[in-house]
Amino acid sequence: MSNVIHLKTPLTDDDVVNLRIGDRVSISGIIYTARDAAHKRLVELLDEGKELPFDIRNQIIYYVGPSPARPGRPIGSCGPTTSYRMDVYTPKLLAKGLKATIGKGNRSEAVIEALKQFKAVYFAATGGAAALLAKAVKKAEIVAYEDLGAEAIMRLEVENFPVVVANDIYGNDLFKEGVAKYERK
Amino acid sequence: MAIRTRINASEITEKVSQLCMDANFNLNEDVLDALRDSYEAEGSPVAKEVFAELLENAKIARECQMPLCQDTGVAVIFVEIGEDVEIVGGRLYDAINEGVREGYKKGFLRKSMVKDPLNRINTGDNTPAIIHTEFTSENYLKITFMAKGGGCENMSRLAMLTPADGKEGVINFVVETVKIAKANPCPPIIVGVGIGGTFDYAALLAKKSLLRPLGTKHIDPDTANLENEMLERINNLGIGAQGLGGWVTAMSVHVERYPCHIASLPIAVNIECHAHRVKTITMVPY
Repeated sequence: MSNVIHLKTPLTDDDVVNLRIGDRVSISGIIYTARDAAHKRLVELLDEGKELPFDIRNQIIYYVGPSPARPGRPIGSCGPTTSYRMDVYTPKLLAKGLKATIGKGNRSEAVIEALKQFKAVYFAATGGAAALLAKAVKKAEIVAYEDLGAEAIMRLEVENFPVVVANDIYGNDLFKEGVAKYERK
Repeated sequence: MAIRTRINASEITEKVSQLCMDANFNLNEDVLDALRDSYEAEGSPVAKEVFAELLENAKIARECQMPLCQDTGVAVIFVEIGEDVEIVGGRLYDAINEGVREGYKKGFLRKSMVKDPLNRINTGDNTPAIIHTEFTSENYLKITFMAKGGGCENMSRLAMLTPADGKEGVINFVVETVKIAKANPCPPIIVGVGIGGTFDYAALLAKKSLLRPLGTKHIDPDTANLENEMLERINNLGIGAQGLGGWVTAMSVHVERYPCHIASLPIAVNIECHAHRVKTITMVPY
């Protein structure tokens, strides 16, 4: 098992250049939440040539729709949602400087190409480990689209948020390579 | 003395509300055992780490009474009701839906139901529940609650095979379904298979098969063998926990069979994620 790499946000080019698929990473700093509906709005803004509600350069977007927070807690359970539904939007956000995304499940060829082109990575968090991941969230505030409820964009302050590198900037894909390694014909 | 046959609607509501929270916070022992066994059996270090996280997650969820997964699911309810049982003070389905409403609010569970599949407006209280009812000759009301996540439900499939496709065709369809699903249903998964009946009934059989505790064998040896064969072929795919590669893609395969038309071989595969949230309560009339 590889050692855990600690990263602080915002990410730099140096950070992502050193990452390879299968690396375990612990993220601290700020990450932004967005899933289906928020992505649709973000990309509509870009298509209209308008400003996004937050500066996404060198930032991380986490695909999540948390459960409601109990009083006194920053957030409810917050595991990743399936990433492929965001695939159609992701290359446009990467082109604007987004440095990483976090979700579960594999990405499309178009996203993998865009990750190479724009030097960005895709992290997998463990789907269904939502209570564990909530422990890493210290603060949460809504940044945009409050009307979307669980789908609003939030700014999360995280400490040691555990992920694994699923797609690096070199075009490698842990889903493909991992499965090929353990497949029995 | 007359047989006691009455059950209060308000009591049903209260019990259903508790089931919703209990299922979402406290993973059952059979699932925990399956996760522990998988941790031991897994050869991939990345996948092993996933199992460790899932066991830790279950512990945190129980201790903090918070949802195991943020997708707290569609409320799927299986009702078994004695033929003589009379619900007083309200109607059965209303009482169940009120229980779901209450449980999802009180438990800070996520509301994931939309009013219309095309207009997509959230109902705001996770109702309506999907309710399946069966009569029994026993004098009780048994309610089983299942929180069914969207990610795994989306990867489920149904086919109307021809009788000539036979056992091999059935196994191939199940394995193919898991292969197509890849990482999306949150493996390690549990695979529910319904064979026979009609188009609709095969799907119900598949879902109901998921209720059987993990680690138990089907009572019919032929079906138990079929389950083993399917499990082996699924785990040969190498998909692994979270699709990152590994030996344990499915923890269990459950098959149910039913009589069908001479021309038909319906097969339904209902995929369930590792956050297998099922709780049952039996109420005795007063």
